[in-house]
Amino acid sequence: MSDIAERGYAKPDVLVSTDWVAAHLNDPNIRIVESNEDQLLYPSGHIPGAVQVDWAADLNDPLRRDYLNRDGFEKLMSRIGATRDTDIVFYGDKSNWWATYAFWVFQLFGHTNAKVMDGGRLKWEKEGRPLTREVPTYPATTYVAADRDDTRIRIFRDEVLKKLGGSTRLVDVRSPQEYSGERTHMPEYPQEGVLRGGHIPGAKSVPWARAANPEDGTFKSAAELKAIYEEEQGLNPANDIIAYCRIGERSSHTWFVLSYLLGYPNVRNYDGSWTEWGNSVNVPVER
Amino acid sequence: MTDMPESLKTLLEDFQFADRTERIDMLIEYADRFQEVPERIATRPFPEEHHVQKCESEAYVWAEDLPDGTLKFHFAVENPQGLSAKAWAVIMDETLSGQPLEAVAGVPCDSVFTVFGKDVSMGKGMGLMGITDLVTTFARQRLKARQGA
Repeated sequence: MSDIAERGYAKPDVLVSTDWVAAHLNDPNIRIVESNEDQLLYPSGHIPGAVQVDWAADLNDPLRRDYLNRDGFEKLMSRIGATRDTDIVFYGDKSNWWATYAFWVFQLFGHTNAKVMDGGRLKWEKEGRPLTREVPTYPATTYVAADRDDTRIRIFRDEVLKKLGGSTRLVDVRSPQEYSGERTHMPEYPQEGVLRGGHIPGAKSVPWARAANPEDGTFKSAAELKAIYEEEQGLNPANDIIAYCRIGERSSHTWFVLSYLLGYPNVRNYDGSWTEWGNSVNVPVER
Repeated sequence: MTDMPESLKTLLEDFQFADRTERIDMLIEYADRFQEVPERIATRPFPEEHHVQKCESEAYVWAEDLPDGTLKFHFAVENPQGLSAKAWAVIMDETLSGQPLEAVAGVPCDSVFTVFGKDVSMGKGMGLMGITDLVTTFARQRLKARQGA
């Protein structure tokens, strides 16, 4: 893949390369954060100096279906030794799917000093770069967070309902089988199960992983992304866009791509996603 | 759980009371012991009938007939980051290989959640259950063939 600066992104500074991270391993103003789907990956070996932010244990409220609150975020940032001036560099497995999810949650609290390592864990490993099992500790900081802003990049079900039939464009980033309703839930695992299959009326199917190169997890170039989202799906930067998946994690990846790599100003993640919509009474469903 | 092999039952009890850190440490130890299917059993490209459906780690399962009528299970995990799949494959091998086929055939797929906890994501849970599903399918196929013989 070409250098990040040559790929035509709207906000190229949001991405850093593996070379850049390797050169900043001991930079005190940088905190490298690994976020994965697979809970075994970080403890089995991670970038030296990297801390883990776990999507289930760290980012979600343990009781309500919601993200951590301001107090929780302040404690999290204190634990990883970050201040408001610290540049957070996220990376993870699955082409940075979970890294962009963590990135999105951090943006709810306005921590804009945030970047993603292009290619994530896969590229770092493929390049034979060092991994360690040593878990670093950093002096606790006092982090004063902004109130969580759920209006700018997040949207809730009732607001999505109101937008149906209007000019808002919905992007369903799940697999084609989930979009069509063929697959609804995982047998014997009701927590994320849904009662109805299909998609929100009017939603376009653009599986999230199309934005990444499978061989090394890097993001596709702006031209390639435009071919998918603009030429194929007819989106444009003036659109009001809602991305959703099953619980809002895969759609964070698409939110990141549209907001930062293509520079769309009005993209929101509907994190209630299909586990909420597909279980809701009397909401319209399309197959 | 009465029909479950004793080896798996013991392992599930160990995991049932483990906290998150203990569970992860144990699983990494299992993953570290992963050995890919030997060449005498299979070589790439691996055949589709051994491919675990819905497993994003590209896992494959084989069942080798042992002289005592039981099965030895072999695995491949093509995704180098498929650590959970490797750990689960080792658990399947160490607790189910050489066990009575009836007991292997009756292993419930949701054992995955006792071992990995409820935090496992939907995608990963489906893949891991798919590995168990193929293991138990091979056991059921052998049982059926013997009953028909």
